[in-house]
Amino acid sequence: MTERVVRIYSRFERFWHWSQMALIFVLLFSGLRVSGVHRLSSFETAVTVHTGAALVLIVLWLFAIFWHLTTGTWRHYVPTSRGLFAVARFYAFGIFKGEHHPYRKAYWRKHNPLQALTYLALKLVLFPAIWLSGLAYLLYGLWDGVPEASDYLAIVAGIHVFTAFVIAAFIVAHVYLLTVGHSFREHVAPMITGFDTIDLTPEEEAYLEADKPCSLK
Amino acid sequence: MRRAMTKRLGFFMGVLLLGSFPALAQPADGTTAAPGTSTADHSLFEILQQDFKSGPEVTAACLTCHTEAADHVMDSIHYTWEFPHPTTGQLLGKRHVINAFCGNVVGNEPRCTSCHAGYGWTDMHRPPPRQSTAVDCLVCHDRSGAYAKLSTGAGHPPMSTRGETITGAPAKPVDLRTAALGVGLPGRDNCGQCHFYGGGGDNVKHGDLSSVLVEPTRAVDVHMDADGLNFACSVCHVTRSHKWAGSRYAMRASDPEGTGLPGQRRDVATCESCHGAAPHPADLTPSGLIGVKMNDHAGTVACQTCHIPTFARGGVATKMKWDWSTAGRLEDGKPISTEDYTQGDGQHRHTYLSTKGDFEWGEDVVPHYAWFDGQMIFTTGDQTIDPAQVVEVNSFEGARDDGVSRIWPFKRMDGRQSYDAGYSKLAYSHVWGPTTDTAYWTNFDWGKAIEAGMKAAGMPYSGEYGFVDTHYYWPITHMVAPAEAALACDACHAEGGRLDGLPGVYVPGTRPLGLPVVLGLLLFAGTLAGVMLHVALRLLTGRAHHD
Repeated sequence: MTERVVRIYSRFERFWHWSQMALIFVLLFSGLRVSGVHRLSSFETAVTVHTGAALVLIVLWLFAIFWHLTTGTWRHYVPTSRGLFAVARFYAFGIFKGEHHPYRKAYWRKHNPLQALTYLALKLVLFPAIWLSGLAYLLYGLWDGVPEASDYLAIVAGIHVFTAFVIAAFIVAHVYLLTVGHSFREHVAPMITGFDTIDLTPEEEAYLEADKPCSLK
Repeated sequence: MRRAMTKRLGFFMGVLLLGSFPALAQPADGTTAAPGTSTADHSLFEILQQDFKSGPEVTAACLTCHTEAADHVMDSIHYTWEFPHPTTGQLLGKRHVINAFCGNVVGNEPRCTSCHAGYGWTDMHRPPPRQSTAVDCLVCHDRSGAYAKLSTGAGHPPMSTRGETITGAPAKPVDLRTAALGVGLPGRDNCGQCHFYGGGGDNVKHGDLSSVLVEPTRAVDVHMDADGLNFACSVCHVTRSHKWAGSRYAMRASDPEGTGLPGQRRDVATCESCHGAAPHPADLTPSGLIGVKMNDHAGTVACQTCHIPTFARGGVATKMKWDWSTAGRLEDGKPISTEDYTQGDGQHRHTYLSTKGDFEWGEDVVPHYAWFDGQMIFTTGDQTIDPAQVVEVNSFEGARDDGVSRIWPFKRMDGRQSYDAGYSKLAYSHVWGPTTDTAYWTNFDWGKAIEAGMKAAGMPYSGEYGFVDTHYYWPITHMVAPAEAALACDACHAEGGRLDGLPGVYVPGTRPLGLPVVLGLLLFAGTLAGVMLHVALRLLTGRAHHD
């Protein structure tokens, strides 16, 4: 094992991450307006922005899904119990005792097991919940003829709004955990530059040096 | 001739539908025909160049060419004042219903029938006159402005300076020759003589039909805008054989058919029949995204709900409350009046009359909203009422799932009117009758007026009367504002918005602290608190660690 500075976040992944972040903030803000929680814009503007941002995010997601499948990056999110308990234990106790983060990033495991599990849950539960409820909400005109449609719409909207709050809570935890282990800056930098310090096996190192020298520093 | 006019109308509508310079295609006087487009110049017709002595004489002259016109008119509701309701089975029409205004026609004929599209209907017990010359052609077709109807003449025009016309103007002898030579297709002022002044004054009844519509601005009515589209009433209220599309007894609350091909759909006055069922431009532009949503709304709300933000616009108020129970206050034995309401155009309106009681007026009124299936139900004189409740003199049904209803705007008038306290039925009253000793407006005695009214209506009367609170509903469909003045989303999508409390709709934005938001906020706050706790523990233990 060698510790090397390797590009682990490709240009598309970083673009996806940051544009998704921006869109989610726009969606949260405009969505809260649609729900009536704040009145900082007109309802019409909020609906326009919310719908537009949602459509853009859907397109982005279609690309991201395609990218995950074709590049094999989806494997980063396969859940594993190896090291999961150690990370959880660290956040709950170890961190207060001055211990170091137990997880070491690898080329095909750039997230720690708890992180990977969380992202998987986000991608398989929260995002589908918000997309499906959002699309049903947006396309209400296609099913408003079913009996009691407005009651179902209230349920759909309720799921949509509550899921949005869960995602907002995720963001809080997500940003907070950037301060855990290394400094906030060290955590954020890889998602900007793409490069992070990780452990490489000799085979990975040889492969990268031979085939992707630009991914190594 | 009629066919030619119909053809021309069809062509005109075609031009409109194509949207090619509609403003240029409009006539300048609010009629459906552009000046100079008619194939006949009536001023050249010899038979019309007479010194007519009466309305029927003019009609006789008209009928020499328009041989079928009298039959057409006599078969229309404008003449029969009778409407067998196709779905409820009720026999309605002015001839039969009781309303919350002057009550009933029967017993008050020459006054009420002054607006009849005929001459000489002085007795409601009998059908309207059947002789063809009893049809009043001029009230609709006089474009010279010379014609008028006397307010108490059972439809006849004034032939002296006595009295006033149906619009409240001082009477003067009508120049029937000028009127006959100046006929044309009806303009807004023709229809408006009766329809703007129903209930005894300008905009008293409808709320969305006032004298403002004779020459409206664009802000008051985008279609009738005198400087713009300048639609006559009959542009929307299309006709066939002198029968008009559009009814307040049996309406189309929704019209999924939308536009028809040229020559089709000659029987509808719906917005959709011109604008289609999905009228808002829908695409991926910002306004198009909202357009998609607004088209979705068309399955729930009537076009009128957003596009007529308020009614009684343009400076003429409408009567919102009429309390008959306070009528009859006299000073020194003489009837009194107060005019405490000044409307937008500066005119004063009565707030009390000894003859009629107390009134309240409204302008720029926010409508009452309700699901409406288009079918009006009336509390007729033979129905038992519950005087402890507000009596719905007319009412309607409607629900989201019935397939036809939409949420409609209404003028809801509050009334307090007489009823038979013994039999619990709405009372007929005899109000007008300058020469009788029973008419209320002359004698101020409810006991006599109701007894006479019930007798005129042929209804049993217990001899006791009282007053009940009533509601009367008018679906609002005129005074369509320009698109930019339509209701913004926030009018409904806000706490306490306009549709607050209506069943069958989920309106986002009306419950900022609904269950999903509260649960979500709790989760969010819990997460924040957890993070804070974590930070605090890290700070504490970190310090201890460093120490």
